[in-house]
Amino acid sequence: MVKMFPIEHFLFLGALLFSAGLVVVIIKRNMIMVLLGIELMLNASILNLVAFNQLHPGSVNGHMFALFVIIVAVCEAAVGLAIVIQVYRYYQTSVPDEANELNG
Amino acid sequence: MKVSFIFYFFEVVAALSALSLIFIRNVFYGALLLIGCLLALAGVYVLAFAEFIAVTQILVYAGGILVVILFGIMLTTKISGKPLIVEHGNKLSGALVGISFLVLIVYSLVGESFAVGQPSETPGDFNNLQIIGIELMNDFVLPFEVAGILLLISLIGAAIIASTVKSKNG
Repeated sequence: MVKMFPIEHFLFLGALLFSAGLVVVIIKRNMIMVLLGIELMLNASILNLVAFNQLHPGSVNGHMFALFVIIVAVCEAAVGLAIVIQVYRYYQTSVPDEANELNG
Repeated sequence: MKVSFIFYFFEVVAALSALSLIFIRNVFYGALLLIGCLLALAGVYVLAFAEFIAVTQILVYAGGILVVILFGIMLTTKISGKPLIVEHGNKLSGALVGISFLVLIVYSLVGESFAVGQPSETPGDFNNLQIIGIELMNDFVLPFEVAGILLLISLIGAAIIASTVKSKNG
């Protein structure tokens, strides 16, 4: 019989990863670092989905949701980096606060 | 027990790389730390009986997103020879939001019991890979196809957004 680890340990790690990603998104003044923080938060949610799926042996619904979260994360990273590159070409900066042309 | 040691090793590696991502100032090192964190998470997924998710994580993140992010870093750095140093802003509010969010989640998790009775079977008794393949072609076939179309649209969109072709009127 294979050992199942306590689910709280997965959830604590997920909470830590999500908080770290949130702090990275807030404090970094670089658009690529903000994207890295978003990836971290998405992975924290995937970890929770995988962890809770252990409570339902024989069902893979949590794994399915995790797969689709990964797919959406790929789309988000591709489009986000394309936007970052265009903004860098236009404003010659990668600091999100300096792209303030719409600031009234 | 060896399996427990491996599990907590992966958890500590993931937590430490996520925490040091907050304090690192070099974007390139930040990307490498993120990849270390994601690979450690893939190890955690294997020990949570999600082998297919772990392999997908390694293929997609280490093979796809890392390369895209490194290209993004290279394209948005001025060719000056010195590494790109990131400044930190909103330190107080960021720390406040992060710590309060962490305390909120941990407070609501401590003391809760997530066990649903005593399951007679563990997740290790099933062949999850086979079940995922069957489910993808039965119950989840519509999200599967929609995800394929979403990937196609987003990749074409990213290529168009990042291209430098100017219109005649622009």
